[in-house]
Amino acid sequence: MIGASPPTAPGLAQSALSLHGVALERGGREILSDVELEVRPGEFVAVLGPNGAGKSTLMKAILGLVPLATGSVTVLGTDPTRARGRIGYLPQRRSFDRTTRIRGLDVVRLGLEGTRWGLPLAVTPAARTRRRAVRERIREAVALVGATAYAARPIGELSGGEQQRLLIAQALVGEPKLLILDEPLDSLDLPNQGAVAALVRRIATEQRIAVLLVAHDVNPLLHHLDRVLYLGGGGALAGTVDEVITAEKLSELYQTPVEVLRAADGRLVVVGQPEAPHHHDTDDG
Amino acid sequence: MTGNPSLSADLIADVRQLLAFPFMVNALEAGTIVAILAAVVGWYMVLRRQSFAGHTLSVMAFPGATGAALAGLPTTLGLYLVCSAAAVAIGGTGTRGGRSLGRETAAIGTIQTFGLAAGFLFLSLNSAVLGGPETLLFGTFLGVSSGQVLVLAVVALLALSVLTLIGRPLLFATIDPEVADARGVPVRALDIGFLLLLGLAVAATSQITGALLVFALLVAPAASAQLITSRPVAGLLLSVVLAVLVVWLALALAYFSIYPVGFYVTTLALGVYVLIQAGRRTARRA
Repeated sequence: MIGASPPTAPGLAQSALSLHGVALERGGREILSDVELEVRPGEFVAVLGPNGAGKSTLMKAILGLVPLATGSVTVLGTDPTRARGRIGYLPQRRSFDRTTRIRGLDVVRLGLEGTRWGLPLAVTPAARTRRRAVRERIREAVALVGATAYAARPIGELSGGEQQRLLIAQALVGEPKLLILDEPLDSLDLPNQGAVAALVRRIATEQRIAVLLVAHDVNPLLHHLDRVLYLGGGGALAGTVDEVITAEKLSELYQTPVEVLRAADGRLVVVGQPEAPHHHDTDDG
Repeated sequence: MTGNPSLSADLIADVRQLLAFPFMVNALEAGTIVAILAAVVGWYMVLRRQSFAGHTLSVMAFPGATGAALAGLPTTLGLYLVCSAAAVAIGGTGTRGGRSLGRETAAIGTIQTFGLAAGFLFLSLNSAVLGGPETLLFGTFLGVSSGQVLVLAVVALLALSVLTLIGRPLLFATIDPEVADARGVPVRALDIGFLLLLGLAVAATSQITGALLVFALLVAPAASAQLITSRPVAGLLLSVVLAVLVVWLALALAYFSIYPVGFYVTTLALGVYVLIQAGRRTARRA
Protein backbone atom coordinates (compact mmCIF):
# COMPACT_ATOMS: atom_id res chain seq x y z
CA MET A 1 0.00 0.00 0.00
CA ILE A 2 1.60 3.19 -1.17
CA GLY A 3 -0.79 5.83 0.13
CA ALA A 4 -1.40 6.52 3.79
CA SER A 5 -4.79 5.60 5.20
CA PRO A 6 -6.95 8.42 6.48
CA PRO A 7 -7.95 8.53 10.11
CA THR A 8 -10.63 5.96 10.74
CA ALA A 9 -13.75 6.57 12.78
CA PRO A 10 -14.23 4.02 15.54
CA GLY A 11 -16.24 0.95 14.63
CA LEU A 12 -15.59 1.27 10.91
CA ALA A 13 -12.61 -0.99 10.70
CA GLN A 14 -14.09 -3.17 7.95
CA SER A 15 -12.98 -1.95 4.55
CA ALA A 16 -15.56 -1.36 1.82
CA LEU A 17 -13.13 -2.27 -0.90
CA SER A 18 -9.68 -3.71 -1.05
CA LEU A 19 -7.49 -4.36 -4.06
CA HIS A 20 -4.32 -6.40 -3.66
CA GLY A 21 -1.73 -6.82 -6.40
CA VAL A 22 -4.39 -6.35 -9.06
CA ALA A 23 -3.29 -6.62 -12.69
CA LEU A 24 -5.58 -6.30 -15.70
CA GLU A 25 -5.18 -7.35 -19.31
CA ARG A 26 -6.83 -6.14 -22.47
CA GLY A 27 -6.45 -8.25 -25.58
CA GLY A 28 -3.70 -10.31 -23.96
CA ARG A 29 -1.65 -7.19 -23.16
CA GLU A 30 -1.16 -6.08 -19.58
CA ILE A 31 -2.58 -2.60 -19.14
CA LEU A 32 -2.31 -2.24 -15.40
CA SER A 33 -0.43 -3.97 -12.60
CA ASP A 34 0.29 -3.82 -8.87
CA VAL A 35 -2.82 -1.87 -7.93
CA GLU A 36 -3.13 -1.64 -4.16
CA LEU A 37 -6.07 0.17 -2.62
CA GLU A 38 -8.05 0.10 0.58
CA VAL A 39 -11.25 2.16 0.82
CA ARG A 40 -13.26 2.55 4.01
CA PRO A 41 -16.95 3.38 4.42
CA GLY A 42 -17.58 7.09 3.94
CA GLU A 43 -14.36 7.64 2.03
CA PHE A 44 -14.38 9.50 -1.29
CA VAL A 45 -11.61 8.37 -3.63
CA ALA A 46 -11.07 9.76 -7.12
CA VAL A 47 -9.61 7.49 -9.79
CA LEU A 48 -7.48 9.61 -12.08
CA GLY A 49 -5.19 9.10 -15.04
CA PRO A 50 -4.98 9.55 -18.79
CA ASN A 51 -7.25 7.78 -21.23
CA GLY A 52 -6.37 4.18 -21.85
CA ALA A 53 -4.85 3.88 -18.38
CA GLY A 54 -7.52 1.32 -17.53
CA LYS A 55 -9.76 3.36 -15.21
CA SER A 56 -13.04 2.01 -16.55
CA THR A 57 -11.68 -1.50 -16.87
CA LEU A 58 -10.60 -1.40 -13.23
CA MET A 59 -14.11 -0.29 -12.23
CA LYS A 60 -15.59 -3.20 -14.18
CA ALA A 61 -13.16 -5.57 -12.48
CA ILE A 62 -14.38 -4.28 -9.11
CA LEU A 63 -17.93 -5.02 -10.26
CA GLY A 64 -16.88 -8.54 -11.27
CA LEU A 65 -17.63 -7.87 -14.94
CA VAL A 66 -14.01 -8.19 -16.09
CA PRO A 67 -11.64 -10.95 -14.91
CA LEU A 68 -8.41 -10.09 -13.13
CA ALA A 69 -5.09 -11.19 -14.60
CA THR A 70 -3.69 -11.53 -11.09
CA GLY A 71 -4.42 -10.25 -7.62
CA SER A 72 -7.62 -10.05 -5.64
CA VAL A 73 -10.60 -7.75 -5.23
CA THR A 74 -12.67 -7.86 -2.06
CA VAL A 75 -15.88 -5.85 -1.93
CA LEU A 76 -17.61 -5.49 1.44
CA GLY A 77 -15.76 -8.50 2.71
CA THR A 78 -16.76 -10.78 -0.13
CA ASP A 79 -16.40 -11.62 -3.79
CA PRO A 80 -17.46 -8.82 -6.23
CA THR A 81 -20.23 -10.85 -7.87
CA ARG A 82 -21.73 -11.64 -4.47
CA ALA A 83 -21.66 -7.99 -3.45
CA ARG A 84 -23.53 -6.87 -6.60
CA GLY A 85 -26.72 -5.88 -4.81
CA ARG A 86 -24.74 -3.57 -2.51
CA ILE A 87 -22.77 -1.73 -5.21
CA GLY A 88 -24.24 1.31 -6.90
CA TYR A 89 -22.82 1.79 -10.39
CA LEU A 90 -22.95 4.66 -12.83
CA PRO A 91 -21.27 3.68 -16.12
CA GLN A 92 -19.46 6.08 -18.36
CA ARG A 93 -21.34 8.59 -20.50
CA ARG A 94 -24.93 7.56 -20.59
CA SER A 95 -27.51 9.90 -21.84
CA PHE A 96 -31.05 9.27 -22.90
CA ASP A 97 -32.12 10.58 -26.24
CA ARG A 98 -34.98 13.00 -26.46
CA THR A 99 -37.56 10.42 -27.43
CA THR A 100 -37.08 8.16 -24.40
CA ARG A 101 -40.55 8.32 -22.93
CA ILE A 102 -39.86 7.13 -19.39
CA ARG A 103 -40.02 9.33 -16.33
CA GLY A 104 -36.94 10.06 -14.26
CA LEU A 105 -38.75 8.44 -11.34
CA ASP A 106 -39.10 5.18 -13.26
CA VAL A 107 -35.40 5.19 -14.09
CA VAL A 108 -34.63 5.63 -10.40
CA ARG A 109 -37.12 2.89 -9.52
CA LEU A 110 -35.23 0.44 -11.74
CA GLY A 111 -32.29 0.74 -9.36
CA LEU A 112 -34.50 -0.81 -6.71
CA GLU A 113 -36.84 -3.11 -8.61
CA GLY A 114 -35.18 -3.66 -11.98
CA THR A 115 -33.68 -6.91 -10.79
CA ARG A 116 -36.94 -8.35 -9.47
CA TRP A 117 -38.85 -10.95 -11.47
CA GLY A 118 -42.60 -11.14 -11.60
CA LEU A 119 -45.10 -8.43 -10.85
CA PRO A 120 -45.96 -7.10 -7.44
CA LEU A 121 -49.65 -7.39 -6.73
CA ALA A 122 -50.46 -5.00 -3.95
CA VAL A 123 -53.36 -7.03 -2.60
CA THR A 124 -52.17 -7.94 0.87
CA PRO A 125 -51.58 -5.26 3.53
CA ALA A 126 -47.92 -6.32 3.72
CA ALA A 127 -47.49 -5.83 -0.01
CA ARG A 128 -49.14 -2.43 0.19
CA THR A 129 -46.84 -1.40 3.02
CA ARG A 130 -43.89 -2.55 0.98
CA ARG A 131 -45.05 -0.58 -2.01
CA ARG A 132 -45.35 2.55 0.09
CA ALA A 133 -41.85 1.96 1.47
CA VAL A 134 -40.50 1.61 -2.08
CA ARG A 135 -42.15 4.87 -3.12
CA GLU A 136 -40.77 6.62 -0.05
CA ARG A 137 -37.27 5.27 -0.72
CA ILE A 138 -37.40 6.57 -4.31
CA ARG A 139 -38.61 9.95 -3.09
CA GLU A 140 -35.73 10.11 -0.61
CA ALA A 141 -33.09 9.19 -3.20
CA VAL A 142 -34.45 11.80 -5.60
CA ALA A 143 -34.49 14.42 -2.86
CA LEU A 144 -30.95 13.51 -1.83
CA VAL A 145 -29.61 14.44 -5.27
CA GLY A 146 -31.85 17.50 -5.47
CA ALA A 147 -33.88 16.26 -8.44
CA THR A 148 -37.36 16.44 -6.94
CA ALA A 149 -38.48 19.29 -9.17
CA TYR A 150 -38.04 17.42 -12.45
CA ALA A 151 -38.04 13.70 -11.53
CA ALA A 152 -41.57 13.17 -12.88
CA ARG A 153 -40.68 14.45 -16.35
CA PRO A 154 -39.61 12.13 -19.19
CA ILE A 155 -35.88 11.62 -18.75
CA GLY A 156 -35.12 12.31 -22.42
CA GLU A 157 -36.34 15.88 -22.02
CA LEU A 158 -33.94 16.71 -19.17
CA SER A 159 -30.53 18.35 -19.40
CA GLY A 160 -27.30 16.36 -19.04
CA GLY A 161 -26.82 17.55 -15.46
CA GLU A 162 -30.38 16.67 -14.50
CA GLN A 163 -30.09 13.21 -16.07
CA GLN A 164 -26.79 12.68 -14.24
CA ARG A 165 -28.37 13.49 -10.89
CA LEU A 166 -31.23 11.08 -11.52
CA LEU A 167 -28.77 8.37 -12.53
CA ILE A 168 -26.87 8.95 -9.30
CA ALA A 169 -30.20 8.64 -7.50
CA GLN A 170 -30.75 5.34 -9.32
CA ALA A 171 -27.34 4.11 -8.16
CA LEU A 172 -28.16 5.24 -4.59
CA VAL A 173 -31.72 4.04 -4.25
CA GLY A 174 -30.76 0.47 -3.40
CA GLU A 175 -28.80 1.80 -0.40
CA PRO A 176 -25.39 0.62 -1.64
CA LYS A 177 -22.32 0.49 0.56
CA LEU A 178 -19.97 1.13 -2.35
CA LEU A 179 -20.70 3.63 -5.11
CA ILE A 180 -18.77 3.50 -8.38
CA LEU A 181 -19.19 6.56 -10.60
CA ASP A 182 -17.43 6.41 -13.96
CA GLU A 183 -16.81 9.92 -15.28
CA PRO A 184 -19.98 11.46 -13.85
CA LEU A 185 -18.60 14.95 -14.45
CA ASP A 186 -17.93 14.37 -18.11
CA SER A 187 -20.28 16.37 -20.34
CA LEU A 188 -21.32 18.64 -17.46
CA ASP A 189 -20.57 22.36 -17.41
CA LEU A 190 -18.28 23.73 -14.68
CA PRO A 191 -20.93 24.83 -12.14
CA ASN A 192 -22.61 21.43 -12.47
CA GLN A 193 -19.29 19.63 -12.08
CA GLY A 194 -18.70 21.44 -8.80
CA ALA A 195 -22.26 20.78 -7.63
CA VAL A 196 -22.11 17.06 -8.41
CA ALA A 197 -18.69 16.77 -6.70
CA ALA A 198 -20.10 18.45 -3.58
CA LEU A 199 -23.15 16.20 -3.73
CA VAL A 200 -20.99 13.07 -3.89
CA ARG A 201 -18.93 14.29 -0.93
CA ARG A 202 -22.09 14.85 1.10
CA ILE A 203 -23.51 11.43 0.18
CA ALA A 204 -20.26 9.68 1.13
CA THR A 205 -20.14 11.39 4.52
CA GLU A 206 -23.81 11.33 5.45
CA GLN A 207 -24.67 7.85 4.18
CA ARG A 208 -21.29 6.29 5.10
CA ILE A 209 -20.88 5.09 1.53
CA ALA A 210 -17.45 4.43 0.05
CA VAL A 211 -17.21 6.22 -3.29
CA LEU A 212 -14.90 5.65 -6.22
CA LEU A 213 -15.24 8.41 -8.78
CA VAL A 214 -13.44 8.21 -12.12
CA ALA A 215 -12.41 11.58 -13.50
CA HIS A 216 -9.96 12.92 -16.03
CA ASP A 217 -9.48 16.19 -14.17
CA VAL A 218 -8.93 16.38 -10.43
CA ASN A 219 -9.64 20.11 -10.12
CA PRO A 220 -13.43 20.12 -9.73
CA LEU A 221 -12.97 17.51 -6.98
CA LEU A 222 -10.03 19.04 -5.11
CA HIS A 223 -11.86 20.30 -2.03
CA HIS A 224 -14.14 17.30 -1.73
CA LEU A 225 -11.80 14.33 -1.99
CA ASP A 226 -10.25 12.12 0.65
CA ARG A 227 -7.73 10.41 -1.56
CA VAL A 228 -6.85 9.67 -5.18
CA LEU A 229 -5.87 6.52 -7.04
CA TYR A 230 -3.72 7.67 -9.93
CA LEU A 231 -3.35 5.23 -12.83
CA GLY A 232 -0.67 5.75 -15.46
CA GLY A 233 2.29 4.11 -17.13
CA GLY A 234 0.79 0.71 -16.38
CA GLY A 235 0.93 1.26 -12.64
CA ALA A 236 -0.97 2.95 -9.86
CA LEU A 237 -0.38 5.32 -6.94
CA ALA A 238 -2.76 5.84 -4.03
CA GLY A 239 -2.73 8.59 -1.44
CA THR A 240 -3.86 12.12 -0.80
CA VAL A 241 -3.72 14.67 -3.60
CA ASP A 242 -0.65 16.31 -2.07
CA GLU A 243 1.13 12.98 -1.74
CA VAL A 244 0.38 11.65 -5.20
CA ILE A 245 0.07 14.54 -7.60
CA THR A 246 3.66 15.73 -7.37
CA ALA A 247 6.32 15.99 -10.05
CA GLU A 248 8.45 13.46 -8.23
CA LYS A 249 5.77 10.79 -7.77
CA LEU A 250 4.25 11.10 -11.24
CA SER A 251 7.67 11.13 -12.93
CA GLU A 252 8.42 7.91 -11.09
CA LEU A 253 5.09 6.41 -12.16
CA TYR A 254 5.49 7.31 -15.82
CA GLN A 255 9.28 6.87 -15.78
CA THR A 256 9.57 10.08 -17.72
CA PRO A 257 9.85 13.67 -16.48
CA VAL A 258 6.42 15.07 -15.58
CA GLU A 259 5.76 18.51 -14.15
CA VAL A 260 2.98 19.48 -11.82
CA LEU A 261 2.03 23.15 -11.78
CA ARG A 262 -0.06 24.64 -9.02
CA ALA A 263 -2.04 27.76 -9.83
CA ALA A 264 -2.60 30.50 -7.27
CA ASP A 265 -6.12 29.20 -6.56
CA GLY A 266 -4.81 25.72 -5.86
CA ARG A 267 -5.70 24.21 -9.22
CA LEU A 268 -3.31 21.54 -10.46
CA VAL A 269 -2.01 21.08 -13.98
CA VAL A 270 -0.02 17.98 -14.92
CA VAL A 271 2.34 18.62 -17.81
CA GLY A 272 4.17 16.07 -19.90
CA GLN A 273 2.35 12.86 -19.07
CA PRO A 274 2.85 10.43 -21.95
CA GLU A 275 -0.75 10.08 -23.09
CA ALA A 276 -2.89 13.10 -23.76
CA PRO A 277 -5.81 13.19 -21.35
CA HIS A 278 -8.26 15.10 -23.50
CA HIS A 279 -9.90 12.52 -25.78
CA HIS A 280 -13.07 12.07 -23.78
CA ASP A 281 -14.84 10.51 -26.71
CA THR A 282 -12.64 7.42 -26.85
CA ASP A 283 -13.64 4.52 -24.68
CA ASP A 284 -11.34 4.20 -21.78
CA GLY A 285 -12.45 0.57 -21.79
CA MET B 1 -84.05 -6.39 -46.01
CA THR B 2 -81.64 -8.69 -47.76
CA GLY B 3 -79.01 -10.92 -46.24
CA ASN B 4 -76.30 -8.42 -47.14
CA PRO B 5 -74.75 -6.43 -44.33
CA SER B 6 -76.19 -2.97 -44.13
CA LEU B 7 -75.37 -0.17 -41.77
CA SER B 8 -78.30 1.53 -40.09
CA ALA B 9 -78.47 4.54 -37.82
CA ASP B 10 -79.32 2.23 -34.92
CA LEU B 11 -75.99 1.36 -33.30
CA ILE B 12 -77.36 -1.41 -31.11
CA ALA B 13 -79.06 -3.07 -34.07
CA ASP B 14 -75.78 -2.83 -35.97
CA VAL B 15 -73.85 -4.51 -33.20
CA ARG B 16 -76.52 -7.20 -32.88
CA GLN B 17 -76.27 -7.78 -36.61
CA LEU B 18 -72.49 -8.16 -36.29
CA LEU B 19 -72.72 -10.67 -33.51
CA ALA B 20 -75.36 -12.76 -35.22
CA PHE B 21 -72.73 -14.53 -37.30
CA PRO B 22 -70.35 -17.02 -35.67
CA PHE B 23 -67.56 -16.05 -38.05
CA MET B 24 -67.89 -12.46 -36.88
CA VAL B 25 -67.80 -13.50 -33.23
CA ASN B 26 -64.67 -15.54 -33.92
CA ALA B 27 -63.12 -12.59 -35.71
CA LEU B 28 -63.89 -10.26 -32.80
CA GLU B 29 -62.50 -12.71 -30.27
CA ALA B 30 -59.35 -13.32 -32.30
CA GLY B 31 -58.99 -9.61 -33.00
CA THR B 32 -59.28 -8.72 -29.32
CA ILE B 33 -56.69 -11.31 -28.33
CA VAL B 34 -54.13 -10.16 -30.91
CA ALA B 35 -54.79 -6.51 -30.12
CA ILE B 36 -53.94 -7.04 -26.45
CA LEU B 37 -50.86 -9.11 -27.23
CA ALA B 38 -49.57 -6.78 -29.95
CA ALA B 39 -50.16 -3.71 -27.80
CA VAL B 40 -48.20 -5.02 -24.82
CA VAL B 41 -45.32 -6.51 -26.81
CA GLY B 42 -45.36 -3.44 -29.07
CA TRP B 43 -44.99 -1.11 -26.07
CA TYR B 44 -41.69 -2.77 -25.19
CA MET B 45 -40.68 -2.93 -28.86
CA VAL B 46 -41.14 0.82 -29.33
CA LEU B 47 -39.26 1.56 -26.11
CA ARG B 48 -36.45 -0.77 -27.20
CA ARG B 49 -36.33 0.83 -30.65
CA GLN B 50 -36.64 -2.57 -32.23
CA SER B 51 -39.28 -1.58 -34.74
CA PHE B 52 -37.13 -2.72 -37.63
CA ALA B 53 -36.73 -6.16 -36.06
CA GLY B 54 -40.50 -6.18 -35.51
CA HIS B 55 -41.15 -5.34 -39.12
CA THR B 56 -38.79 -8.06 -40.28
CA LEU B 57 -40.50 -10.64 -38.09
CA SER B 58 -43.85 -9.63 -39.51
CA VAL B 59 -42.55 -10.07 -43.04
CA MET B 60 -41.46 -13.56 -41.94
CA ALA B 61 -45.10 -14.47 -41.51
CA PHE B 62 -45.31 -14.57 -45.31
CA PRO B 63 -42.72 -17.33 -45.94
CA GLY B 64 -44.02 -19.00 -42.77
CA ALA B 65 -47.52 -19.36 -44.13
CA THR B 66 -46.58 -20.20 -47.72
CA GLY B 67 -43.84 -22.59 -46.62
CA ALA B 68 -46.24 -24.45 -44.36
CA ALA B 69 -48.75 -24.77 -47.19
CA LEU B 70 -46.04 -26.14 -49.45
CA ALA B 71 -44.91 -28.66 -46.84
CA GLY B 72 -48.50 -29.67 -46.13
CA LEU B 73 -48.38 -28.37 -42.55
CA PRO B 74 -51.00 -26.22 -40.86
CA THR B 75 -50.49 -22.55 -41.76
CA THR B 76 -50.58 -21.52 -38.11
CA LEU B 77 -47.72 -23.89 -37.26
CA GLY B 78 -45.65 -22.50 -40.13
CA LEU B 79 -46.23 -18.95 -38.90
CA TYR B 80 -45.10 -19.67 -35.37
CA LEU B 81 -42.10 -21.77 -36.43
CA VAL B 82 -40.69 -19.35 -38.99
CA CYS B 83 -41.29 -16.24 -36.89
CA SER B 84 -39.60 -17.84 -33.88
CA ALA B 85 -36.67 -19.03 -35.98
CA ALA B 86 -36.24 -15.55 -37.44
CA ALA B 87 -36.40 -14.08 -33.91
CA VAL B 88 -33.55 -16.33 -32.81
CA ALA B 89 -31.59 -15.45 -35.96
CA ILE B 90 -31.99 -11.73 -35.31
CA GLY B 91 -31.12 -12.24 -31.65
CA GLY B 92 -27.97 -14.08 -32.74
CA THR B 93 -26.79 -11.17 -34.85
CA GLY B 94 -27.16 -8.68 -32.02
CA THR B 95 -24.13 -7.86 -29.98
CA ARG B 96 -24.31 -7.39 -26.23
CA GLY B 97 -27.23 -5.18 -25.40
CA GLY B 98 -28.92 -6.31 -28.58
CA ARG B 99 -29.12 -2.95 -30.27
CA SER B 100 -25.76 -2.00 -31.62
CA LEU B 101 -27.59 -0.52 -34.52
CA GLY B 102 -25.28 -0.52 -37.52
CA ARG B 103 -24.42 -4.18 -37.74
CA GLU B 104 -27.76 -5.43 -36.53
CA THR B 105 -29.72 -3.35 -38.99
CA ALA B 106 -27.76 -4.72 -41.93
CA ALA B 107 -28.23 -8.29 -40.73
CA ILE B 108 -31.94 -7.79 -40.11
CA GLY B 109 -32.41 -6.20 -43.53
CA THR B 110 -30.78 -9.20 -45.14
CA ILE B 111 -32.98 -11.61 -43.22
CA GLN B 112 -36.05 -9.60 -44.19
CA THR B 113 -35.28 -9.64 -47.91
CA PHE B 114 -34.50 -13.33 -47.80
CA GLY B 115 -37.81 -13.95 -46.07
CA LEU B 116 -39.79 -12.11 -48.71
CA ALA B 117 -37.99 -13.93 -51.50
CA ALA B 118 -38.52 -17.32 -49.86
CA GLY B 119 -42.18 -16.53 -49.34
CA PHE B 120 -42.59 -15.65 -52.99
CA LEU B 121 -40.78 -18.82 -54.05
CA PHE B 122 -43.02 -21.02 -51.89
CA LEU B 123 -46.04 -19.22 -53.24
CA SER B 124 -45.09 -19.67 -56.88
CA LEU B 125 -44.44 -23.37 -56.23
CA ASN B 126 -47.99 -23.98 -55.02
CA SER B 127 -50.21 -21.08 -55.94
CA ALA B 128 -53.01 -23.54 -56.58
CA VAL B 129 -53.24 -24.44 -52.90
CA LEU B 130 -53.42 -20.92 -51.58
CA GLY B 131 -55.29 -19.08 -54.27
CA GLY B 132 -53.30 -15.89 -53.99
CA PRO B 133 -50.98 -13.90 -51.75
CA GLU B 134 -53.39 -11.09 -50.91
CA THR B 135 -54.87 -12.75 -47.84
CA LEU B 136 -51.47 -13.70 -46.46
CA LEU B 137 -50.09 -10.24 -47.01
CA PHE B 138 -53.04 -8.07 -46.17
CA GLY B 139 -55.19 -10.21 -43.91
CA THR B 140 -58.76 -11.37 -43.66
CA PHE B 141 -61.26 -11.91 -40.89
CA LEU B 142 -63.50 -14.29 -42.73
CA GLY B 143 -61.71 -17.54 -42.11
CA VAL B 144 -60.92 -17.50 -38.38
CA SER B 145 -62.06 -20.81 -36.92
CA SER B 146 -62.92 -21.51 -33.29
CA GLY B 147 -59.83 -23.72 -33.13
CA GLN B 148 -57.65 -20.86 -34.28
CA VAL B 149 -59.15 -18.59 -31.64
CA LEU B 150 -58.28 -21.17 -29.00
CA VAL B 151 -54.68 -21.42 -30.24
CA LEU B 152 -54.43 -17.63 -30.27
CA ALA B 153 -55.72 -17.45 -26.72
CA VAL B 154 -53.21 -20.04 -25.50
CA VAL B 155 -50.29 -18.34 -27.26
CA ALA B 156 -51.30 -14.91 -25.99
CA LEU B 157 -51.75 -16.17 -22.44
CA LEU B 158 -48.34 -17.81 -22.56
CA ALA B 159 -46.60 -14.78 -24.02
CA LEU B 160 -48.25 -12.35 -21.61
CA SER B 161 -47.44 -14.57 -18.62
CA VAL B 162 -43.78 -14.65 -19.60
CA LEU B 163 -43.81 -10.91 -20.15
CA THR B 164 -45.34 -10.35 -16.71
CA LEU B 165 -42.61 -12.48 -15.19
CA ILE B 166 -39.73 -10.70 -16.92
CA GLY B 167 -41.40 -7.28 -17.12
CA ARG B 168 -39.25 -5.30 -14.72
CA PRO B 169 -35.83 -6.78 -15.57
CA LEU B 170 -36.73 -6.36 -19.25
CA LEU B 171 -37.51 -2.70 -18.65
CA PHE B 172 -34.18 -2.36 -16.81
CA ALA B 173 -32.30 -4.08 -19.66
CA THR B 174 -34.12 -1.84 -22.14
CA ILE B 175 -33.57 1.52 -20.48
CA ASP B 176 -30.21 0.89 -18.92
CA PRO B 177 -28.50 -2.27 -20.23
CA GLU B 178 -25.08 -1.50 -18.76
CA VAL B 179 -26.26 -1.01 -15.20
CA ALA B 180 -28.69 -3.92 -15.49
CA ASP B 181 -25.78 -6.12 -16.54
CA ALA B 182 -23.67 -4.89 -13.62
CA ARG B 183 -26.53 -5.71 -11.25
CA GLY B 184 -26.72 -9.27 -12.56
CA VAL B 185 -29.73 -8.98 -14.89
CA PRO B 186 -29.25 -11.45 -17.80
CA VAL B 187 -29.42 -8.76 -20.48
CA ARG B 188 -28.45 -10.98 -23.41
CA ALA B 189 -30.94 -13.71 -22.54
CA LEU B 190 -33.68 -11.11 -22.14
CA ASP B 191 -32.83 -9.68 -25.57
CA ILE B 192 -33.35 -13.03 -27.25
CA GLY B 193 -36.33 -13.87 -25.06
CA PHE B 194 -38.02 -10.63 -26.03
CA LEU B 195 -37.41 -11.21 -29.74
CA LEU B 196 -39.05 -14.64 -29.35
CA LEU B 197 -42.08 -13.02 -27.72
CA LEU B 198 -42.13 -10.49 -30.55
CA GLY B 199 -42.04 -13.38 -33.05
CA LEU B 200 -44.99 -15.05 -31.30
CA ALA B 201 -46.97 -11.82 -31.21
CA VAL B 202 -46.30 -11.22 -34.90
CA ALA B 203 -47.28 -14.74 -35.91
CA ALA B 204 -50.51 -14.41 -33.96
CA THR B 205 -51.37 -10.94 -35.21
CA SER B 206 -50.61 -11.69 -38.85
CA GLN B 207 -53.51 -14.12 -38.92
CA ILE B 208 -55.88 -11.17 -38.70
CA THR B 209 -53.98 -8.32 -40.29
CA GLY B 210 -51.81 -10.22 -42.78
CA ALA B 211 -48.04 -10.28 -42.80
CA LEU B 212 -47.48 -6.77 -44.09
CA LEU B 213 -49.91 -4.95 -41.82
CA VAL B 214 -49.03 -6.55 -38.46
CA PHE B 215 -46.82 -3.64 -37.90
CA ALA B 216 -49.71 -1.20 -37.64
CA LEU B 217 -51.01 -2.98 -34.55
CA LEU B 218 -47.56 -3.44 -33.02
CA VAL B 219 -46.30 0.10 -33.43
CA ALA B 220 -49.10 2.63 -33.65
CA PRO B 221 -51.01 1.98 -30.39
CA ALA B 222 -47.76 1.64 -28.41
CA ALA B 223 -46.17 4.73 -29.95
CA SER B 224 -49.39 6.71 -29.38
CA ALA B 225 -49.54 5.60 -25.76
CA GLN B 226 -45.94 6.62 -25.21
CA LEU B 227 -46.67 10.06 -26.61
CA ILE B 228 -49.45 10.50 -24.10
CA THR B 229 -47.82 9.12 -20.95
CA SER B 230 -44.31 8.30 -19.81
CA ARG B 231 -45.58 6.13 -16.94
CA PRO B 232 -44.90 2.48 -17.76
CA VAL B 233 -48.08 0.92 -16.35
CA ALA B 234 -50.38 3.64 -17.68
CA GLY B 235 -48.66 3.45 -21.06
CA LEU B 236 -49.13 -0.31 -21.31
CA LEU B 237 -52.82 -0.06 -20.41
CA LEU B 238 -53.43 2.81 -22.81
CA SER B 239 -51.68 0.93 -25.59
CA VAL B 240 -53.99 -2.04 -25.02
CA VAL B 241 -57.11 0.13 -24.97
CA LEU B 242 -56.15 1.87 -28.22
CA ALA B 243 -55.29 -1.38 -30.00
CA VAL B 244 -58.53 -3.09 -28.96
CA LEU B 245 -60.61 -0.10 -30.07
CA VAL B 246 -58.81 0.03 -33.41
CA VAL B 247 -59.41 -3.67 -34.05
CA TRP B 248 -63.08 -3.58 -33.06
CA LEU B 249 -63.82 -0.57 -35.19
CA ALA B 250 -61.84 -1.99 -38.11
CA LEU B 251 -63.71 -5.29 -37.98
CA ALA B 252 -67.06 -3.52 -37.87
CA LEU B 253 -66.14 -1.25 -40.76
CA ALA B 254 -64.83 -4.18 -42.79
CA TYR B 255 -68.06 -6.06 -42.17
CA PHE B 256 -70.24 -3.23 -43.42
CA SER B 257 -68.10 -2.38 -46.41
CA ILE B 258 -66.29 -4.04 -49.27
CA TYR B 259 -62.78 -3.02 -48.15
CA PRO B 260 -60.39 -5.44 -46.39
CA VAL B 261 -59.94 -5.37 -42.63
CA GLY B 262 -56.19 -4.81 -42.90
CA PHE B 263 -56.83 -1.49 -44.60
CA TYR B 264 -59.04 -0.32 -41.76
CA VAL B 265 -56.69 -1.51 -39.01
CA THR B 266 -53.81 0.37 -40.59
CA THR B 267 -55.78 3.51 -41.35
CA LEU B 268 -57.34 3.73 -37.91
CA ALA B 269 -54.04 3.01 -36.15
CA LEU B 270 -52.29 5.66 -38.19
CA GLY B 271 -55.21 8.05 -37.62
CA VAL B 272 -54.93 7.67 -33.83
CA TYR B 273 -51.21 8.31 -33.95
CA VAL B 274 -51.51 11.37 -36.18
CA LEU B 275 -54.32 12.82 -34.06
CA ILE B 276 -52.35 12.42 -30.83
CA GLN B 277 -49.20 13.81 -32.37
CA ALA B 278 -51.14 16.82 -33.68
CA GLY B 279 -52.89 17.26 -30.33
CA ARG B 280 -49.55 17.32 -28.55
CA ARG B 281 -48.16 19.91 -30.93
CA THR B 282 -51.18 22.11 -30.41
CA ALA B 283 -51.02 21.69 -26.64
CA ARG B 284 -47.34 22.62 -26.60
CA ARG B 285 -47.94 25.72 -28.64
CA ALA B 286 -50.81 26.84 -26.45
